[in-house]
Amino acid sequence: MTAQPAPTSDRAPASAACWSCSGTLDRDGLFCESCGALQPPRIVDHFVRFGLPAAFDIAIPALDRRYFELQRRMHPDRFAARLPKEREYSLQHAANLNDAFQTLKAPVRRAEYLLALKGRPMRGSGQETVDDEEILVHAMAMREALAEANTPAAADAVVADACAQFERVTKDLAAAFAANDLAAAARQTLRLKYLDKFVEDARERRRP
Amino acid sequence: MSLLQIHEPGKTPLPHARKSIAVGIDLGTTNSLVAVSENNKPLVLRDAHGHGLVPSAVLYQSGSMHVGELARAALQDHPERVVVSIKRLMGRGAEDVMRVADQLQYELDTSSGGMVRVKVGGRVLTPVEISGHILEELRGRAERTLNREVRQAVITVPAHFDDGARTATKDAAKLAGLQVLRLVNEPTAAALAYGLDKGAEGTYAIYDLGGGTFDVSVLRLEMGVFQVLATGGHVQLGGDDFDRAVAEHFLHDRTRMIGADKVTSGDVKRTMAVARQAREHLTEHETGSWPLELAGRLTWHSLDQATLNTLIAPKVEQTIEIARSVLADARLDPPDLTGVVLVGGATRTPLVRKRVAEFFGRAPLTDIDPDEVVALGAALQAEALTRGSDALLLDVTPLSLGLETIGGLVERVVPRNTPIPVSLAQEFTTYQDGQTAMAIHVVQGERELVAENRSLARFDLRGIPPMTAGAARIRVLFSVDADGLLTVSAEEVTSGLRQQVAVKPSYGLSDGEMADMLRASIEHAKDDMTERLLREARVDAERLLLAIDGALRSDGNLLSEGERREIDHQMGALRRVMVGTDRTPILDRVDTLNIATEAFAARRMDRGIQQALAGVSVSALADRLEAGEGTRPPGATK
Repeated sequence: MTAQPAPTSDRAPASAACWSCSGTLDRDGLFCESCGALQPPRIVDHFVRFGLPAAFDIAIPALDRRYFELQRRMHPDRFAARLPKEREYSLQHAANLNDAFQTLKAPVRRAEYLLALKGRPMRGSGQETVDDEEILVHAMAMREALAEANTPAAADAVVADACAQFERVTKDLAAAFAANDLAAAARQTLRLKYLDKFVEDARERRRP
Repeated sequence: MSLLQIHEPGKTPLPHARKSIAVGIDLGTTNSLVAVSENNKPLVLRDAHGHGLVPSAVLYQSGSMHVGELARAALQDHPERVVVSIKRLMGRGAEDVMRVADQLQYELDTSSGGMVRVKVGGRVLTPVEISGHILEELRGRAERTLNREVRQAVITVPAHFDDGARTATKDAAKLAGLQVLRLVNEPTAAALAYGLDKGAEGTYAIYDLGGGTFDVSVLRLEMGVFQVLATGGHVQLGGDDFDRAVAEHFLHDRTRMIGADKVTSGDVKRTMAVARQAREHLTEHETGSWPLELAGRLTWHSLDQATLNTLIAPKVEQTIEIARSVLADARLDPPDLTGVVLVGGATRTPLVRKRVAEFFGRAPLTDIDPDEVVALGAALQAEALTRGSDALLLDVTPLSLGLETIGGLVERVVPRNTPIPVSLAQEFTTYQDGQTAMAIHVVQGERELVAENRSLARFDLRGIPPMTAGAARIRVLFSVDADGLLTVSAEEVTSGLRQQVAVKPSYGLSDGEMADMLRASIEHAKDDMTERLLREARVDAERLLLAIDGALRSDGNLLSEGERREIDHQMGALRRVMVGTDRTPILDRVDTLNIATEAFAARRMDRGIQQALAGVSVSALADRLEAGEGTRPPGATK
């Protein structure tokens, strides 16, 4: 795995003092050590927020665990009886955690985020010019296959195939990130995005 | 307990009252309950007869009103004085109320526009006021039973309630002198009760069919965390709809027997009440027959279970279809679940139990009374919020939130089933050269076209500097808080022009209306607010004093003798005003004390200057990272 700054070294801001009592903050900079007040959220990337290495190949159970642990301490329900300022901070903390969790949990969003973090942002779907003919042709072929599937079982088979491809591309993407080959990672991310959208649309179509 | 011991609400001298307690309230379409929890042991509060359910019916007579059994009983003789099922109108506007199928049950006043009003017993009332009356009764019951002051509550709402209905519920609580600690979704509250009482772990579906609303939620219960994975439902689907099918069947029979009659809204209410009796009877019996007296003419109507099943089958199938799509949203199949929990009185219906068992492939759980489980969960959450807890609820948005774009299309900003609280932004641009204003129209729902979704709010962002089309960058931020309530702000990024609205629902009460109602409602809301602000000021002051005490102990040597005397003097002054009942001098003294200790705080900061420098570089680095993330254009959400 490529060397990313170990998240722990980024963590303790050390500089700041508690907004309420000017006391020193705990190691994570989340609470005041003297008065226990919740501190305002700092601007950190999603990986740092969860204490995870900035890599594509992350352990989802570890992400879940960190998310639960942090929400347990930060969620507004924990601050219902506290000062308005702490309630406001807890709301911001919890919203940040939810955003970070949603981004890192889904492979496509995690890949896009990681590319942006490494200075190679993807362009949004709106303006995207797909110059990769292979990806385009493949995506169209799959849409056709779905349109031609005239029994639920046939449609399920097309979707199952797409899901299998999704797994394969995810592996390739992890390898590209691990080798720090950002061009390849961007290309695999685009493929993954098409597959994700395809599976999503197929599911949506079956909704009552 | 003697009634005389109860003080007029809002007039109880605080020092003499026993410590107030927060309750959990299930404000239902047909019945409501209030429960309280101590040491994680929730209890439904019952009347002298042991009844926990309070019928959500209100009888309005000249000069008095009654909530509960008496009001429901009066339905037979004075239907025009009784309101039932008011929850179905919460957050509804005069214009969109026509979508509510059972409008005939109410005599509506749609003349004034805005929020719909109900004519009953010679009064014209909003659903917020009527719900407020029910909440007041529940609060009174709790205060009498517990002999304690009740000012705070967790109130449950259907997971599928939209922003307007949630705001209306909060407003109703305010009228009843209750501070809402949290609005909790009904299925989530039920899961909490099961999880804590039965120690359930795993993935559960909560099938919640109440009097007027249907919800199904899928939750993961793990390590004391209750994580909602997906939710769905319908706000106009419940036992009432079963009753209406039966009532229509009866009225149809009646027309065949004695010819057509003109049917008034009172007749509909009466027939619905008889239909409800019939349906409840058929839960335990195969067949029965009931008298129906309208306009002085009596007819008898018989019904058996098979016919009932035929009448309600379409509605039951609708719930199963919704359950199917919620499971799909959670990416689960029925066998993946650990269990299915039944919630809500209408789940007693045999056909519902049969179809739920068939669809999920297992017998549903009913260990906790389906009528009481939501209130018990609400009470547990009220205790958790006021006294702490190891459990944590992580809920989601039930419906997608978005904006109207050109062509009447919806651009989704917050997709359904996003964990809350959440803040998500999307950038939009102008479509005409020199455009200086933009209409922001906030909608809620899953449809592509604006017209098919619920309109939540509209506002204009004005003063955009004239630019060529597509050059302006309007950043719209959607923030949903832990109650599921939305705030929207819009900002023109290049100029920094900013506007913010707490989403006042299109069909909500205006601030003026709300103020009038508050004034009319025995003034206790005002006392409540003043009291709360005073308490907050005291807590703030207490915290400041504690912090300074601590700082003086550890770093007191940073001060000269004179400086120390001044700080001591200011602290004494704050302590003296803190015991008063006026918060203004407390706030003033807190400010003065803050100023007096500024230099001291700065010197303490200097002691950690090295760390401070290290921190600058870290946050500068973080800024850069965040900026990289910020350049991701909108639309790349999937």
